[in-house]
Amino acid sequence: MNNRATSDHHDTSLLTVEHLSMRFGGLVAVDDVSFRANDREITAIIGPNGAGKTTMFNCLTGFYKPSVGQLTLHHPHKGDYQLERMEEFHIPQQAGVARTFQNIRLFPAMSVLENLIIAQHNELMRASGYTVTGLLGLQHYKRAERKAVEFSRYWLDRMGLTARAEWEAGNLPYGDQRRLEIARAMCIKPVLLCLDEPAAGLNARESALLNELLLFIRDEHKIGMLLIEHDMSVVMGISDHIVVLDYGRKISDGTPESVRNDPAVIRAYLGEEEDAELPPKVARDIKKN
Amino acid sequence: MGYFLQQLINGLTLGMIYGLIAIGYTMVYGIIGMINFAHGEIFMISAFISIITFLVLGLLGMGWVPLALVLILVTTMLLTAVYGWALERVAYRPLRGSPRLAALITAIGMSIFLQNYVQLLQGARIKPLQPVISGGFRFLSESDFSVNLSYLQIFIIVLTICLMLGFTALINRTALGRAQRACEQDLGMAALVGIDVDRTISLTFVMGAALASVAGLMFLLNYGVIDFYIGFLAGIKAFTAAVLGGIGSLPGAMLGGLLIGLIEAFWSAYFTVEYKDVAVFSIMILVLIFRPTGLLGKPDIEKV
Amino acid sequence: MAVASDAATALRPLDPAYVLKEAGAVAAIVFALSISLVGFKTEDVPGGITVVTRFGAVAIVTVIAFFGRLGLILLREGRPFPVLVTALPFALALFALLLWDQLFAPEIGLRRFLPFGDIIVNWLLAIFAAILAGRAAWTFRHEPREQSAEEREKKMDRVVAAPVQRAARLVGPLLLGFAIILPFLPIADRRLLDIGILVMTYIMLGWGLNVVVGLAGLLDLGYVAFYAVGAYSYALLATHFDLGFWICLPFAGIMAAFAGILLGFPVLRLRGDYLAIVTLGFGEMVRIILLNWYDFTNGPDGISGIPRPSFFGLPFVRNPPEGTETFHSFFGLSYSPIDRIIFLYYVILLLALATNAFTLRLRKLPVSRAWEALREDETACRSLGINPRNTKLTAFAIGAMFGGFGGSFFATRQGFISPESFTFIESAIILAIVVLGGMGSQIGVVFAAILLIGLPEFFRELQQFRMLAFGATMVTIMIWRPRGLLAHREPTIHLSDEKTPTGHN
Repeated sequence: MNNRATSDHHDTSLLTVEHLSMRFGGLVAVDDVSFRANDREITAIIGPNGAGKTTMFNCLTGFYKPSVGQLTLHHPHKGDYQLERMEEFHIPQQAGVARTFQNIRLFPAMSVLENLIIAQHNELMRASGYTVTGLLGLQHYKRAERKAVEFSRYWLDRMGLTARAEWEAGNLPYGDQRRLEIARAMCIKPVLLCLDEPAAGLNARESALLNELLLFIRDEHKIGMLLIEHDMSVVMGISDHIVVLDYGRKISDGTPESVRNDPAVIRAYLGEEEDAELPPKVARDIKKN
Repeated sequence: MGYFLQQLINGLTLGMIYGLIAIGYTMVYGIIGMINFAHGEIFMISAFISIITFLVLGLLGMGWVPLALVLILVTTMLLTAVYGWALERVAYRPLRGSPRLAALITAIGMSIFLQNYVQLLQGARIKPLQPVISGGFRFLSESDFSVNLSYLQIFIIVLTICLMLGFTALINRTALGRAQRACEQDLGMAALVGIDVDRTISLTFVMGAALASVAGLMFLLNYGVIDFYIGFLAGIKAFTAAVLGGIGSLPGAMLGGLLIGLIEAFWSAYFTVEYKDVAVFSIMILVLIFRPTGLLGKPDIEKV
Repeated sequence: MAVASDAATALRPLDPAYVLKEAGAVAAIVFALSISLVGFKTEDVPGGITVVTRFGAVAIVTVIAFFGRLGLILLREGRPFPVLVTALPFALALFALLLWDQLFAPEIGLRRFLPFGDIIVNWLLAIFAAILAGRAAWTFRHEPREQSAEEREKKMDRVVAAPVQRAARLVGPLLLGFAIILPFLPIADRRLLDIGILVMTYIMLGWGLNVVVGLAGLLDLGYVAFYAVGAYSYALLATHFDLGFWICLPFAGIMAAFAGILLGFPVLRLRGDYLAIVTLGFGEMVRIILLNWYDFTNGPDGISGIPRPSFFGLPFVRNPPEGTETFHSFFGLSYSPIDRIIFLYYVILLLALATNAFTLRLRKLPVSRAWEALREDETACRSLGINPRNTKLTAFAIGAMFGGFGGSFFATRQGFISPESFTFIESAIILAIVVLGGMGSQIGVVFAAILLIGLPEFFRELQQFRMLAFGATMVTIMIWRPRGLLAHREPTIHLSDEKTPTGHN
């Protein structure tokens, strides 16, 4: 089972998940999952629908408090953070964990540029003296704002959205909205970027562009990424390491190559040869008896 | 002891009235997820329709009280139900699927509108009604105090229990109830499997209004005076009841109503009557902060 | 919908049974609605009440509902002609009658030809008929086309809101100039100035509430509570400690902001609709406490003898106590009671302008952007590291602070306050101004306040219909244009400095 990822670049771990469990009443959405994600690597989390992937993301980013488990982020510059003990809005700003959402969550009535500026809110708040000195219209804040705009411009250029900077975000085409959401997450200058199905709804060309973008972020910005994805061309194409969940449990963990050939994974996705028709849970129950 | 029992009876009677209004809030919330702020005004309108029907029957020379009460009950329920239906059709249906804030503001606007509509048509002065059902049982007589259970209170309690039984059967046994429960789960899905969602929502408002109208009649009989402003306070209290019981839960609404009625009665009796509304509001705020799902509500997991 | 493409050439055949059924159904509903409350009126008689009938009115509204609905169906089906030939003469006749009635007074006796006893209702009917006729005329030239709500929203934004906002840059200073010279214009009498003061008070309150409702999207139904806190803070400080208006003003604002934080801290995590009802409850609680805490607030009797503001220590009185100077004696003027009104007028103008400058400046700061972002999507905000509670709390506190300023101005203007001035209706009026004007729009609030406050003050007959109209307005606006009539959003930040339009301030 535990064929550990042998990465060809750095092997410094960025995130350690230990015995993570999340229960909702009687339902166990995530069941004792442990894994590590390395810095400057793309770690994909895959699994059938309802495997607990998004729930795990929500635990990581503080939206849910896990029932059991430790989530440690090893910040390259600032030391360790116990994510499960932090308020969700402290996680991005202190630990540097950014995320996107399965069903894109932009600020639709605000401009594309404003979406990126809001991501730099905490920096700008400090620059505006928590509004007090900002009200006086000091140059100091003006400079900070310019800097934030320039930083946003970098991402706009990278995403090809510069010409549409003044558009309402909600009016962008779907693919651009996906990219804008990633750009917005990058604007908080994270060390770990969590992407929840970024390729969902993209066509083949956009999907290829996304691959390129994610590799660019990994290599140029030198951060780690967690990626939930169903599109296997994306997963197999760019992941350094894959964790497979099924019914809340981890069933496989390793390089794309090893996961692809892991019988447990094949069983989860296809069911076993003889009872291929049956859903995995039923099949498993039959086997047990 | 006697004093306590008396407050218990008064509180329960009051609680029944709140509970009947609260059901309207809770049903609408369950099905379309909005607080129908104007529900209190529907209750107020029903009280006015009741008093008008009373007076008209009086002018027509209807002397036999039981028949008069039945006639008034039926008329009020029917005419108030039309108001409930029209409210949904005119103000809420066009806004289905729009932002929450818009629906809320509409509801408040409707509440203000209805209040002033009644004030303009019927005048701002209070409307008194002489007691219709008088008399009652006296027991536990002590030297200067005896517990009084009036026929009116018995009427209110019995009628509420009958209504609740009938209503529960309606929700659990009939096709309409099934459709309603399905819509509560998922509007889109209900539409896909062939439920007429618009009709179901309309009927929810109609039922809520009909129950509130019974409460309106009871309020009129119990207090003997009404004005165009009664819907505001009764509305907030009934909403508090719905929240306390767990918004979306029908038994919860009734339970919450009874609790609010009891709290109000006991607070007035043992503490200060002036601050009874403050007590109810405080309970509402505390429940919403510490247990927003109420006593019988289902937990609401945030979907991210 | 089907007629959209080639309505002019191929009209869908009209099924008279369907049309009659449809119009009949609406008429039946209206009849059922009106028979009780319109059909009978409770009247006080010695020893109780009785009912009088108004069946005529019921019949008229039912008939109007029938033909109104009929007209709308015909318009929808692309048949404007019959609508035009009925609605237009009807509207014209009604207008003529009404004008006749207004100009030559009722003694000519034409009033009995009007459908309703109440003149205002007749005006409404005439306007409705005129609109129907107008739409019919419009349908003649344009194909009827159903617009989706989104299309309509976009079109309204382009055609109305955006130009108005642009014009506001020009109209704003003009309005301001007019407001500044108004007291010296010949038309300015005491009544006009009083109305001006009232309108500006509401403009200021509207701008304050706009921060909370318009920007942060928090529906605060208890705004009046902060208004009351401000008013009582000033009244109590001034009467007990003999402090002046200008010293108390910031204090009243701080007290109100503090009350906002006190309420906001526990409740701001609640969802929108719960927040609304909790603030509503809070507003009522404050009123009940003011009413019953007799030792502190003097209960229902209120606080009287609240000092009037002075002009840098110079009071506006005719006969000052021995040895003190007054405004008129200092400037060598003869005493005129209107001086004080003019002074109050400028005080509120100053306060309103300060509010405007403050809120416009806020718009350019990150905190305001965070408010809007929270309104749009709170979950996304949290994922970006924005602390939702603190951010909402600032909005709440700032809104409350302006409520407090407004309240202390109210106290000093009236000289007397009691809990009666701080009912839910007051919150509703301010909310209606914000909603009508357009959430987040500064100029919209000005127009809405003039329309909703100024107009009914001028036309006293409208007073009794005011709240009815407020309610109806709120509903109509939300259905028709949920962001508000003049809501139009411009980005608050641009890629390059050059593109930044010159600010409003």
